[in-house]
Amino acid sequence: MRNIISRREFLRASAGFSGACLGSSLIFSGELAFAGTKKDDIFRREARYYEKLPNRRIKCKLCPRECVIDDQETGYCGARENHDGKYYTLVYGRAVSANVDPIEKKPLFHFLPGTTAFSIATAGCNVLCKFCQNWEISQARPDQIRSYKLFPKDVARYAKNAGTESIAYTYNEPVIFTEYVEDCAEAGHEQGVRSVMITNGYIQAEPMRDLCRVLDAVKIDLKAFTEDFYRKIVAGKLKPVLDTLTLLKSENEWTEIVYLVIPTLNDQAADLKKMCHWIYNELGPDVPLHFSRFYPIYRLKNLPPTPLATLEKARNIALDAGLHYAYIGNVPGNEGENTYCPNCKKIIIRRIGYQILENNLDSKGRCKFCKTSIPGVWH
Amino acid sequence: MKRRQFLKTSVAAGSGIYFGFLPGCQGNEQTKTRKLKELSRRLVEARSEAIRDKKGKLIGDEVGKLLSRAMENFFGESGAQKCWRQLFTPEDVVGIKINCLAGRGMSTHRELVDAIVEGVKSAGVPEKNIIIWDRANRDLKKAGYRIQTNRNKLKIYGTDQVGYSRRLYEYGEAGSFLSNILVEQCTAIVNVPILKDHGIVGLTNALKNFFGAIHNPNKYHDFSGDPYIADVNMFSEIRQKTRLTVTDALTAQFEGGPPFMPQWAWNFNGILLGMDRVALDAFAWKLIDEKRKTSGLPTLKEAGREPTYIRTAADESHRLGMDDLSKIELIQV
Ligand code: SF4
Repeated sequence: MRNIISRREFLRASAGFSGACLGSSLIFSGELAFAGTKKDDIFRREARYYEKLPNRRIKCKLCPRECVIDDQETGYCGARENHDGKYYTLVYGRAVSANVDPIEKKPLFHFLPGTTAFSIATAGCNVLCKFCQNWEISQARPDQIRSYKLFPKDVARYAKNAGTESIAYTYNEPVIFTEYVEDCAEAGHEQGVRSVMITNGYIQAEPMRDLCRVLDAVKIDLKAFTEDFYRKIVAGKLKPVLDTLTLLKSENEWTEIVYLVIPTLNDQAADLKKMCHWIYNELGPDVPLHFSRFYPIYRLKNLPPTPLATLEKARNIALDAGLHYAYIGNVPGNEGENTYCPNCKKIIIRRIGYQILENNLDSKGRCKFCKTSIPGVWH
Repeated sequence: MKRRQFLKTSVAAGSGIYFGFLPGCQGNEQTKTRKLKELSRRLVEARSEAIRDKKGKLIGDEVGKLLSRAMENFFGESGAQKCWRQLFTPEDVVGIKINCLAGRGMSTHRELVDAIVEGVKSAGVPEKNIIIWDRANRDLKKAGYRIQTNRNKLKIYGTDQVGYSRRLYEYGEAGSFLSNILVEQCTAIVNVPILKDHGIVGLTNALKNFFGAIHNPNKYHDFSGDPYIADVNMFSEIRQKTRLTVTDALTAQFEGGPPFMPQWAWNFNGILLGMDRVALDAFAWKLIDEKRKTSGLPTLKEAGREPTYIRTAADESHRLGMDDLSKIELIQV
């Protein structure tokens, strides 16, 4: 990973923002600071999915929360605000992070392996995961974080100049900046750069369908397979996420799923079995499923990291359920990082961490050894 | 005093509830504790028609007199200065946390804030050590306050001027950064909310006003703010620094909040004053429900937005105050 905006470009891009700085970390702006609130208006665009109600109230129709918002108030995500009965996104072109990452980091294992993605984020999120890795940006509001002025055409240009194959909307929840995603993806396509969305899938059907028109792949964080976990740990609901997964299937959108295995909270074998069978039955055996290791953070500092044995057990449950591509994440060097041919069982892509050590796909995306077609986006 | 309604006196005493402290109170620890217990079960509702001129405009001097009367009755002392001196010492830096979100029509009135500033000054706190604050400069300006940052004068600014704490404060379901005005600058807080209906959490008054001190209030309106509002009030900086709450009910709103809806605003012409934020909220709930009933509206409970967070704030795991009004000494003046 490297930060791709040069210091001079950054200073130009962020002109007008007090306290902006260039760092080398993943989220170099992940501390609360104030970024020239007088300039807030340039990031304001009328929202695309909402309904007007009496008394200058509005109802947001972007995610399943359907926040009803009074005049001058923001929605749950903090990234949308009611002004005089009109609803606005506050984060259009307001990036708080921009990096070049390996696509494997997202993780997307069946999407242009070995390429990089120009990765951007804004502030805000429509859920409140107690284990959020990026909580300093996801749980803050736009005016509390240092920002880049990075409008869609700039994003596409940076992505192209950095030699990336795709733009990734990631780190915080892209659902809440959907207008920005749609326009960046279109601008990217004009430059020959694709777009991938790293999301919790907590979105209504209409905006998700609109996004499918411009996205090339989606990674869904399926955080558990019980409503109880979603209610207590995520402040959301499971059902809408499952609806999004089936919608993505019906739209033929390339989709991978990540499941962060948290000790004692969502690691019960029975729930994992139920989930794997649901995926097999509703989405088919070819959806890659990544079991990712949890590290204590944010509000769940009291729990230990996921034991390797738990991750291996989860992967075996998925394979036993008939899923062809079950992975283990956040454990570099584990055999569960490799892609195996479901037919001849040989390693097709060998990985360590985000690195590809061996790629045995032929030019048609088939196993070099037995010619079995491997699902994914390979070119 | 028009009427002194002493409903019941056993109460919170000995229940482990934390009410703040009285740095200027004379006497030994025992006397101070007794005094605190006495005050913690007391609530003053002060009203006066005289605070407005014929055109309905507030008269600053009269608002000041009303506040003094409320203070004297609350502390059981004659002379407001004596009362303010029990709350603050000259070394204090006092933050006056107002509520400006709804703009000019329904924000903490300047006349009341000025009277509080005079009261705090009378305790020996220099004017330059008083900060009138809310979430953002933008909100303060909308409500008619001029931003003042001169280090030698009374200060008026929002948290966006100084930012939020680096520490994440956590209790129960809530985890937030707190305003640096509260954490780094002030040693004491006077909480000055508005008495107002709230479309999601039922009502906004003493407890909810501290949503203006955290960086993520948008996350805490689910389930009518329960238990989030109570949890936020458990943050050590809020619990330990809040010495007094003065509810601005000069103009109140019984429906359509939190934005200003003039059709549902009413000139209550009063203030509520106390140290127990739970009791103040429980009483505010009663007042709003009574007004709603006489206006032909359903109660907050019937409207599906019962402010249950008030009960949670009083429960065993919070003990922020007393929600049972029968155990509160209500003084109406
Ligand atoms: S996108 Fe934001 S404002 Fe809209 S419903 Fe979801 S949380 Fe609420």
